[in-house]
Amino acid sequence: MAKYLLLKHYRGAPAAVNDVAMDRWTPEEIDAHMAYMDDFATKLGETGEFVDGQALRPEGAWVRYDGEGRPPVTDGPFPETKDLIAGWMIIDVDSWDRAVELAGELSAAPGAGGKPIHEWLEVRPFFDAPPTSGD
Amino acid sequence: MDEPRLRQLIPEVIGVLVRRGADFASAEDAVQEALVTAIRTWPEDPPRDAKGWLVTVSWRKHLDLRRSESARQGREVALDLEPPPGPVPTVDDTLRLYFLCAHPSLTPASAVALTLRAVGGLTTRQIAEAYLVPEATMAQRISRAKRRIAQVPLDQPGDLPTVLRVLYLIYNEGHSGEVDLATEAIRVTRQLVGGADDPEVAGLLALMLLHHARRAARTDAAGRLVPLAEQDRSRWDPALVAEGVGILQSALARDRLGEYQAQAAIAALHADARRFEETDWVQIVEWYDELVALTGSDVARLNRAVAVGAADGALAGLAALAEVDPAIPRHTAASAYLHELAGQLAEAADLYAAAARAASNLAERDHLTRRAAWLRQRTDQG
Repeated sequence: MAKYLLLKHYRGAPAAVNDVAMDRWTPEEIDAHMAYMDDFATKLGETGEFVDGQALRPEGAWVRYDGEGRPPVTDGPFPETKDLIAGWMIIDVDSWDRAVELAGELSAAPGAGGKPIHEWLEVRPFFDAPPTSGD
Repeated sequence: MDEPRLRQLIPEVIGVLVRRGADFASAEDAVQEALVTAIRTWPEDPPRDAKGWLVTVSWRKHLDLRRSESARQGREVALDLEPPPGPVPTVDDTLRLYFLCAHPSLTPASAVALTLRAVGGLTTRQIAEAYLVPEATMAQRISRAKRRIAQVPLDQPGDLPTVLRVLYLIYNEGHSGEVDLATEAIRVTRQLVGGADDPEVAGLLALMLLHHARRAARTDAAGRLVPLAEQDRSRWDPALVAEGVGILQSALARDRLGEYQAQAAIAALHADARRFEETDWVQIVEWYDELVALTGSDVARLNRAVAVGAADGALAGLAALAEVDPAIPRHTAASAYLHELAGQLAEAADLYAAAARAASNLAERDHLTRRAAWLRQRTDQG
């Protein structure tokens, strides 16, 4: 088994095919989207592949150390051009192909007009644990 | 014996150990260990005298802990193996525990954790699960909190407002995992009402009960948030409403008004309306005036503006909102609601969408997004 991160962006990813802000969908389309996402997470739980899922609020700031005895420097709010992560799902699956299959399924979540969003998701492998045998 | 009843004994047992000479931190550790054993063994082999069992086992664990402690330190410490006879635990013992666990020197997160463990009798694992943090993290938080209050003398007068704030924090955390924090908060607040002679404790309990009465109606089958105006009021729990109103009335009769009684009064007025249209908004605004006078809080001012909108019309509400600091949470959502009430639907939709982007939880964000979508659909068609 190997862990993968499926990363969703508020901005910074290539534009989705069906790229309409959610508050411009109909309430029924929003409900259908939410139900799809819930079902997806439930299904992964049932197949034993779900590890974690979290969503991030869009605000925040850059922060860095500014030297001994000084408070950290912050730089925020983020400029409109900054790549902005919206959330992630961590899955534990047999192969890269399975990770891609699941990401594709997640990206097919329905959006405006009830049609798939075709949203671009970032899929990233975790580093494995070092092997316990063989050197 | 069910788990809530078992938990109720925990503060009393800690009280007994402290009176027998154990310091709070080790008493609490020992009782926690006994509790974990109880949860494991009682279903198969329930004791006849639950509290006696807990006292005996906790005291033994306490002695074990002290023995291994002194062995580690490599010196002989005389230990009284038989527990000295002590007076029966009193209400004051439990009350002192509340004050210690919600001590003003602790951060809110530490006070919450320690209160749930020592007063609420939850295990570290249950608390960790409820707050979605690893058990090791919660264990560390609790032991740091205990070290911090180790120096506090047990007879120091407590700070009741801090205790109430901590209990309300626990209530508002809602629930996840096997333990329902809202129910737990109600339980320990109920326990406190008997011990602390202050109408604000009763006010807080009434507030929790009145909110709790509406819980089933607050989300629909799909997990969506249902706003007060659209809730199916037949799903409100009439027994909880009646209990909350009764407790509130006796508290108010003592004529020492405080913020929790005022908030409970507002909740009671909502509970009293059979339909949303029957809500007595004029009285609710008066209670918000009291609340603002008592607390000076911007959140109270914000909620007051929404109530003014319902009582005196949307424009009056927007005028009241203009007096409130726009930086406080939900300001945009309140503004959206009042614009909708004023019939300014396009502005309202934009404001709801902006409020959704600023929401601090997903249920609220989804609700605000739906509201924006619904209004856009109406304005596009109209």
